[in-house]
Amino acid sequence: MLKSKIKMLQLAVTLLACAFLFVPIVLSVMAGLTVNYFQGISSGLTLKWVFQVWDLYAGSIFLSMWLAVACLFCTLIIGLPAAYGLARHPGWMSRLLEEFISLPLAIPGLALALALLQLYGSMKGFRASWTFILVGHVLYTLPFMVRSILAVLASMDLKTLEEGAASLGASPWQRFRDIVVPNAMPGILAGALTVVTLSIGEFNLTWMLHTPYLKTLPVGLADSYASMRLEIASAYTLVFFILIVPLLMAMQWASARAQRITQ
Amino acid sequence: MTLRLTHTAKTYPDGTEALLPTDLSVGKGEIVSLLGPSGCGKTTLLRIIAGLETPDAGSDIWFDDDNVTALPVERRQVGMVFQSYALFPNMSVRANIGYGLKMQRLPKSEIDARVTEVLEMCQLQPFAARAITALSGGQRQRVALARAIAPRPRLLLLDEPLSALDASLREILRDELAVLLREFDITAIFVTHDQDEAMAIADRVAVMSHGRIVQSGTPEDLYRNPTSSFVAGFVGNAMPLRGKADGTKLHLNGGTLTLPMDGVGQTVFVRAEDVQIIKNGPLRGKVETVTFLGTHYRIGISGIASDTIASIHSGQVAPKVGDTINVSIKPETLMLLPDEADVA
Amino acid sequence: MTNRTFVMACLTPLFIFSLLFLALPLGRLFLASGEGDAGWAVYLDIVRKPRYLNTLVLTVLVSLATTIAALVVSTTAGMFLVRNRFWGRGTVLSVLTLPLAFPGVVIGFLIILLGGRQGLVNQLTPGHVVFAYSAIGLFLGYLYFSIPRVLLTVMAAAEKLDPALEEAARTMGASPYRVVMDVIIPGLMPSLVASGAIAFATAMGAFGTAFTLATNIDVIPMVIYTEFTLSANIAMASALSIVLGIITWILLLIARSLSGSTVAGGG
Repeated sequence: MLKSKIKMLQLAVTLLACAFLFVPIVLSVMAGLTVNYFQGISSGLTLKWVFQVWDLYAGSIFLSMWLAVACLFCTLIIGLPAAYGLARHPGWMSRLLEEFISLPLAIPGLALALALLQLYGSMKGFRASWTFILVGHVLYTLPFMVRSILAVLASMDLKTLEEGAASLGASPWQRFRDIVVPNAMPGILAGALTVVTLSIGEFNLTWMLHTPYLKTLPVGLADSYASMRLEIASAYTLVFFILIVPLLMAMQWASARAQRITQ
Repeated sequence: MTLRLTHTAKTYPDGTEALLPTDLSVGKGEIVSLLGPSGCGKTTLLRIIAGLETPDAGSDIWFDDDNVTALPVERRQVGMVFQSYALFPNMSVRANIGYGLKMQRLPKSEIDARVTEVLEMCQLQPFAARAITALSGGQRQRVALARAIAPRPRLLLLDEPLSALDASLREILRDELAVLLREFDITAIFVTHDQDEAMAIADRVAVMSHGRIVQSGTPEDLYRNPTSSFVAGFVGNAMPLRGKADGTKLHLNGGTLTLPMDGVGQTVFVRAEDVQIIKNGPLRGKVETVTFLGTHYRIGISGIASDTIASIHSGQVAPKVGDTINVSIKPETLMLLPDEADVA
Repeated sequence: MTNRTFVMACLTPLFIFSLLFLALPLGRLFLASGEGDAGWAVYLDIVRKPRYLNTLVLTVLVSLATTIAALVVSTTAGMFLVRNRFWGRGTVLSVLTLPLAFPGVVIGFLIILLGGRQGLVNQLTPGHVVFAYSAIGLFLGYLYFSIPRVLLTVMAAAEKLDPALEEAARTMGASPYRVVMDVIIPGLMPSLVASGAIAFATAMGAFGTAFTLATNIDVIPMVIYTEFTLSANIAMASALSIVLGIITWILLLIARSLSGSTVAGGG
């Protein structure tokens, strides 16, 4: 009896938490699709607001997508060899470097943005270009990429596999290309999806680094929350959800898969 | 190919001397086993030959007339079978075996032909397209061997190639490996801690202890004429008979034994198969353990020497635990070796 | 190229990038904090001036409340989801982890939809109930992004908890309450501390949510923002950033040493 009572209480808390997280999402989707949210759903459904969002913010959406792709490219170029280097050369130096590049996970984005602004803010060409925002995104997502790959590499006997390839005549570069990269693939995939998802949703750094001519999707969201009517803000949020939720699910699937391999 | 090592040693940065200066020659087509307990330096020696470890200054490694000491592993043209096999999980059996050939930039048709040839030799054709993860332990072992042999290396190196298998499979594959290595007609060195394995496969066994080769010879030679207590104990499990030597007499707790020569300053060894239980043998002892092993019994006897000694008894009936029995040991089966302070 | 050179070459891009865009900017930030009128005493001002001290206290209180609430909710839900298999469990789990990558601004907006002037609660209840722009709204926003993070950490730990331990306690006559207190909670403790630290650190540094909601109240990230953009008090903004960064970094260090992984991200 007591046990089932406890169970009911647990279930109630679980469902309440679900409601707390899900109801506002439903509200936002509804608000983005109703003619007049204040009058309620009885005023009718419409895609008018979504189209209006597209007219107003298509540029922001494309900029975010472009930034995410560029960010993925940079984190791969930097992160893949780095994860390999860290895995092959363990020791206090590598630990320290890994710890250091993980700082952006711990330090609030606002603080990082402030630091970047003060050092590079005066370099006008750089400050005003999209690459400045890109630097912030790479800074923030790079540790996710490195750690995701590193976890997979650390779970296999990389040293012996490489010795095997070397004994068959493979040079360091051939070993990296033929053995390391293919076997790190689950980690690379999980890392890549994480990087894209986080880059598209990044606000804290971007808000400080952006210029009026370079608004990313989340910056546009903040802008619409502050200055647009609720329906447009909601419709824009809806567009964001449509973009981010599939990515998020793919990311969780890939991360779970990579994790299974590392265990 | 002949292999020649001169003055080859390995000292780790922390000062551990894994390998003391060692000389070793291996003739063309010879199969040599490095045998020793763990930590004796046998794997270090193998890895130095492969080029996976850098030896100390002054070491020299010759493949025929080429000094390869400074060459990295990928340019030494050795084939290596790793203890864990190190098969590439991202490649099929065929791709694993063909990898070394691909590294030699051979045309695709030739790679295919040679991989097929090796697959046949190792009886792996049915598994050619499989993933490594879909293979059993024994199949993996054969793929590892096939992969090492496919590029036609100058020298084949095997690091405990059978130790990852379970006991019954190990015995079958041991004999298979001995046959295959002779079929390949290749100079090979393989490392093992298992004396049966070394004896079954190698033409010559080099017994290692504490970073040096203590004796090297044919399996028969090592078994019959060990030059040190360590080799006598490690190869064929000879048991020391500790007692008081008086010329050609050895006084033991259980009686007196005649020696083939003067035994002063020597340790006397005997093997279990040479300890015979006979009604009126000169030595008396008490049966401590009786283990039935199918073809024979193994009987532990106390009271003869200071340690319990074992006897292989092949009669239909065995004595019982607690019985007092008489034992005889023929003088010519005894091995007299100089006393050693440290018997590892 | 030897093996060692190749490995070093692999680390070079990372080294250059983190030097240029992490080490040097952070160094500049630290120097900037001492370049104001107050000099290095700017760090003393944080605790001396009521405006900053009050903000710091409020931020800590809201973050603390968030942490406790998230721990209670997520541990209860997490244990339930690990121990029970039922129809719709996958959906519930998806809903509970969905907000993981939502930016803070979006979460702020969702709270406005709940408790803003046109919000659900205001529409459903008589009278004028608006809480989105108060400390309660902030607390709910922080709770929103903390629940998934804590849940994932706790569930990972709960799955590793050996059910035999519980059964052993039961065979020795322990009541369900005692089993929870003596077996489950101690078993989960490292991950509870770890996920609590994550939740607290994320709440302390959350900017996006505060940016949308904190129009009437001040939390540290908002003060940093206004000091920098409106008051042009760069030294104070830098000093507060550094203090905040050190706090969150230490907390996440604790979390990582206890649970091995962190589910971080901006709030």
